[in-house]
Amino acid sequence: MARELLKGNEAIAEAAIRAGLQAYFGYPITPQTELLEWMAHRMPELGRAFVQAESELGAINMVYGAACTGARVMTSSSSPGISLMMEGLSYIAATEVPAVLVDVMRGGPGLGNIAPAQSDYNQMVHGGGHGDYHTIVLAPATIQEAIDLTVLAFDLAEKYRSIAVVLLDGSLGQMMEPAELPPMRPVRQTFPAWAATGAAGRERNVLTSIYLDPPKEEEANLRLLRRWQEIQANEVRFREYFMEDARFVVVGFGSAGRVALSAVRQARAEGIPVGLLRPISLSPFPTRQIAALCERAEAFLVVEMNAGQMLEDVRLAVNGKRPVEFYGRMGGVMPFPDEILGEIRRLAAGEASFEGHPRDRWLQRLTGSN
Amino acid sequence: MQTEIIIAGFGGQGVLFAGQLLAYAAMDEGREVTWIPSYGPEMRGGTANCTVIIADEEIGSPLVRHPAAVIAMNLPSLDKYEALIQPGGVLVVNASMVNRKPARGDLRAVMVPGNEIAEAMGDRRMTNMVLLGALLVNLPVLPVEAVERALEAHLPARHHRLLPLNFQCLRKGAEFVAETVR
Repeated sequence: MARELLKGNEAIAEAAIRAGLQAYFGYPITPQTELLEWMAHRMPELGRAFVQAESELGAINMVYGAACTGARVMTSSSSPGISLMMEGLSYIAATEVPAVLVDVMRGGPGLGNIAPAQSDYNQMVHGGGHGDYHTIVLAPATIQEAIDLTVLAFDLAEKYRSIAVVLLDGSLGQMMEPAELPPMRPVRQTFPAWAATGAAGRERNVLTSIYLDPPKEEEANLRLLRRWQEIQANEVRFREYFMEDARFVVVGFGSAGRVALSAVRQARAEGIPVGLLRPISLSPFPTRQIAALCERAEAFLVVEMNAGQMLEDVRLAVNGKRPVEFYGRMGGVMPFPDEILGEIRRLAAGEASFEGHPRDRWLQRLTGSN
Repeated sequence: MQTEIIIAGFGGQGVLFAGQLLAYAAMDEGREVTWIPSYGPEMRGGTANCTVIIADEEIGSPLVRHPAAVIAMNLPSLDKYEALIQPGGVLVVNASMVNRKPARGDLRAVMVPGNEIAEAMGDRRMTNMVLLGALLVNLPVLPVEAVERALEAHLPARHHRLLPLNFQCLRKGAEFVAETVR
């Protein structure tokens, strides 16, 4: 085992290559560009396909086409670029072909800025593209997790013929940490039975997102939904810290989760019985696990680098049984641990409330008015 | 338990590299470490900084409001970070690029004429190594030898002829012992 000092974007790119990536299509955008740059020099030297497309629309449709051949394919981008890919993602989901997407989120909406943010949560977890479909969304908080979840994303995408997204913010893309890369897997030489590989001597495989006959479309919708139920049952992932005796629970994903870890440690040093639940699979969401915590937790605090998007999923899980509070930073600003520590102290002082919406209460505390 | 270090200066002064070198050394010593740059539409001559956290457990936030130590390579960095250092923390100032001394009395601070020393040693680009040496002698986080080993292990072979000069600059900087400002 050799730990290397790796930058998030480059670690993800190399992890994808070692997972047997056969074709990468992308378009540069900060703070994700090092990922594409790494692919640009590594993929050709390994005899694999790298294309810098003319735009994100081009890139995602190249992914769509290559995915239909059964090859391991991916693209990566950052928030505004991901928005441009939404049509293609919906088509890929409808066609039931596997693809991996990496979104290194930045401040928004609009062109926004290139600083770290988590404001694409709703876009990735609750849709984005049109129609009834779900994507698997995995959120790393460390470089090692970014590597491991990238490899997992390929395996899950193929297992469920689904889109798997690795969702991180710009700070993780730019950060360096010691981590271990997996060994190089050989590129797969065989293709799945459903793939469009040339139909000589066998029945044609038809891969399409068009079902002009509504009952046929409904059948496809049901098939997607059944598969999603299977994913929900089998692929929930999360990590817990200091939860054994926790009476207060902080919920945060990705970078917000690791900033919250610092705050939770400080609160523990002050004697506050607080723990952290860090969802790793945002979709499927650890709903049942959070619901079960209502048995012993007195109150929840959700921390995000957005205006409270995962907050709504936590509220659904808690279902009014316990008060939920919220703290967020937006626009590309990362919270410092002391900001979250202040919120944990409020919880411990019994100031968590059922009154109104947590986001409104947070805004009230932030600005003195809603 | 963790130690946080911010290295700040102009782009081109080797701020990010000095931080990476610390991170490599920490990793090779079996520690946990994070290195995170301020990134933005930046260029040579613009401001640049990085935060390095060295710890013995999983590191939470990669950013800190109040670092244990700061290397200020220029005046804007001194102005920005002096006030943020933890009480009792370490401040290493590149005296060549500032026109004032640190004002706080609750820090251990040292003024190091980094540019002049590096120039006298034969290469002005070694200023970052001089200041890093001064940091390491005043902050009990990693020995200078660990950074030397990291340079040897991670500097591409084509640059290895520069190793002796790097070592000399680190050692020269390590002669500057910080004092409480009076």
